[in-house]
Amino acid sequence: MFDGIGRRVVSLWFPRLASERVLRQRPVDGPFVLTVKQKNADRIYCLNKAAEQQGLHQGMPYADARAFCPELQSRVAEPERDNGFLHLLRRWATRYCPWVGFEGADGLVMDVTGSTHLFGGEAPMLADIRMRLRRAGLSVQIGCADTRGAAWALAHYGEGTAPSGDMLSALNALPVAGLRIDDDISVALQRLGLRTIGDLVGVARAPLTRRFGPGLLLRLDQALGAQFEEISPHADPVHFAVRMTLPEPIGLLSDVMLGADRLLVQLCAKLKSHEVGARKLCLTLRRVDHDHQQVELRLARPLRDPKRILPLFERGVAEIDAGFGIDQLRLEATQVDPLPVQQISHVAEGRAGALDDLITRIGTRIGLENIQRFLPADSHIPERSFLVASAAYSEPVAGWNSPNPRPLLLFPPEPIAASGARPPARFRWRRMSLTTGRATGPERIAPEWWLEDENWRSGLRDYWRVETCEGRRLWLFYTPQNPGWFVQGEFA
Amino acid sequence: MGRTHEVCGASAFAFAFALLAQRGGQAVWVREAWDRQQINPTGFADISDPSRVTVCNTRDQIETLAVAEEALRSGVVALVVMQLGKALNLTEGRRLQLAARDGASTGLAIIPEGMGSNAAETRWRCTPVFDPDTGVADSTLQHWELIKNKSGTLRVWYVRWDRTTRRITVVPPPRK
Repeated sequence: MFDGIGRRVVSLWFPRLASERVLRQRPVDGPFVLTVKQKNADRIYCLNKAAEQQGLHQGMPYADARAFCPELQSRVAEPERDNGFLHLLRRWATRYCPWVGFEGADGLVMDVTGSTHLFGGEAPMLADIRMRLRRAGLSVQIGCADTRGAAWALAHYGEGTAPSGDMLSALNALPVAGLRIDDDISVALQRLGLRTIGDLVGVARAPLTRRFGPGLLLRLDQALGAQFEEISPHADPVHFAVRMTLPEPIGLLSDVMLGADRLLVQLCAKLKSHEVGARKLCLTLRRVDHDHQQVELRLARPLRDPKRILPLFERGVAEIDAGFGIDQLRLEATQVDPLPVQQISHVAEGRAGALDDLITRIGTRIGLENIQRFLPADSHIPERSFLVASAAYSEPVAGWNSPNPRPLLLFPPEPIAASGARPPARFRWRRMSLTTGRATGPERIAPEWWLEDENWRSGLRDYWRVETCEGRRLWLFYTPQNPGWFVQGEFA
Repeated sequence: MGRTHEVCGASAFAFAFALLAQRGGQAVWVREAWDRQQINPTGFADISDPSRVTVCNTRDQIETLAVAEEALRSGVVALVVMQLGKALNLTEGRRLQLAARDGASTGLAIIPEGMGSNAAETRWRCTPVFDPDTGVADSTLQHWELIKNKSGTLRVWYVRWDRTTRRITVVPPPRK
């Protein structure tokens, strides 16, 4: 990195980021606040200028604010979306310099060393930032200085630009809270009569360290440039998309597949370098008339082998209406899963891969979530003794054992007319008149009280295996706490 | 092998699992999603391994047939079982046969009684039989009747599932 000489840092602070993000989408006139629920009370999270002029402030109970200002409009705050918006702004800010990091939840810090001349100098660049953000409906306070600490102090307490090489003159008059210290330390300093940063510089350092710990002087040194402070830029998320623009439109299925093949080779190389595999792929075909057609492919396993993925696209691409021709192909992996590089062994694994490809092909027709697989579960309740999991997101598991015979087929309990604790000698089920030939049981199964289950409200169940003289072998149960007989399954 | 067969009767599911155990390999089980009667893996674990079964829930019979054809043609799975509610016409039945021949896998349609299609290679009627002789409670005696066979004669067997050897044994008919 730069050795510190001539380093320039710009700090942006968005004091009303959350409310302005909402107002950008739905502007309102008059006071507006975002509320957040804290300790069972709605409090003001962020407010606009009109609300501030009415005397409202952040952290105020919402009910009080309504009393002060009856025409107040409000919405619920969404901090995750605010964070997403800040990420968007960070990406935008890389137009000024490549080195942009986050400063808390509502600010950005940019290391603009050596890039200011691209915008005609420092002042025109700051004016440009300010103008563009204002046009986007965002209020911003900008500080520019040699160090990150000084830029932060200027952004939050007295906007401005510190002259290069002389931080002290710019920070002299700013309050001590501008040093990024805790509130209690800044209050304690003010009680000592040290109100501004200039006051703090003149005081002996040893007693300050003894009283407030090393953090305070570290912050001071960082702000004045005696101590270096790094800016860690936030890395852009990797973007798995490739595209190809064609000089002449194409329309044949084989041509489109050939284009998709070329894109897949590029994309898979990128996936491989990041050790991930594609889960969802989206092939966008742009037609000459600027219409877009999309082919989505959900894979049963993370994959990055072009030879295996390409045939899976065939069905989707065949359904595309090419119109007057397609002149751009774009392939994006919209969802990726980790797929580490593995040692190739001589043991053939082709069969498992072929089954996954079959699941993918069937999944394009009926939906991947409709393809399921059984997993063993640890429960005595017949319906819960196995799990049904999506085949694309689970591995087959061995280890099936049941101590008692269980029916091949299970269905929701069907009541039959009978009474008494012993199985009935004759009964009717599904319009069939059946005679009990042999009954084995009972096997008592108690409901799992730790799980709420509607079907087991009737309490204990005594299960009987009933072989009827007509042949059918049924699984009956009796509920002693709530007398009644039901058929729940059928054996081989 | 390479053909599609049909089975009806109350023991049709037991027949399907026995066939799965005999064929080995992976199986695809296609059923319609609305059907509340479902196969129980803890129940058929004695007969064949549930981890080899992949279940596809479809919206209607058209989808069932499409999925079955895709699975049969791929040749990845040894057995494709489809639960059908309506009779197949000749075209649908023939397409399944061609798909099974291409993929060299076996298809098995579980059909309601009397709704067989002409394209099926064989049709079986499987019914459970009460076994008064054996004292053991978990009898699996069944009556398997071959009611249609394109390349052979019709026959009747009485069979039982042997849990220890995990295979079908043919037994004499029970005493009346």
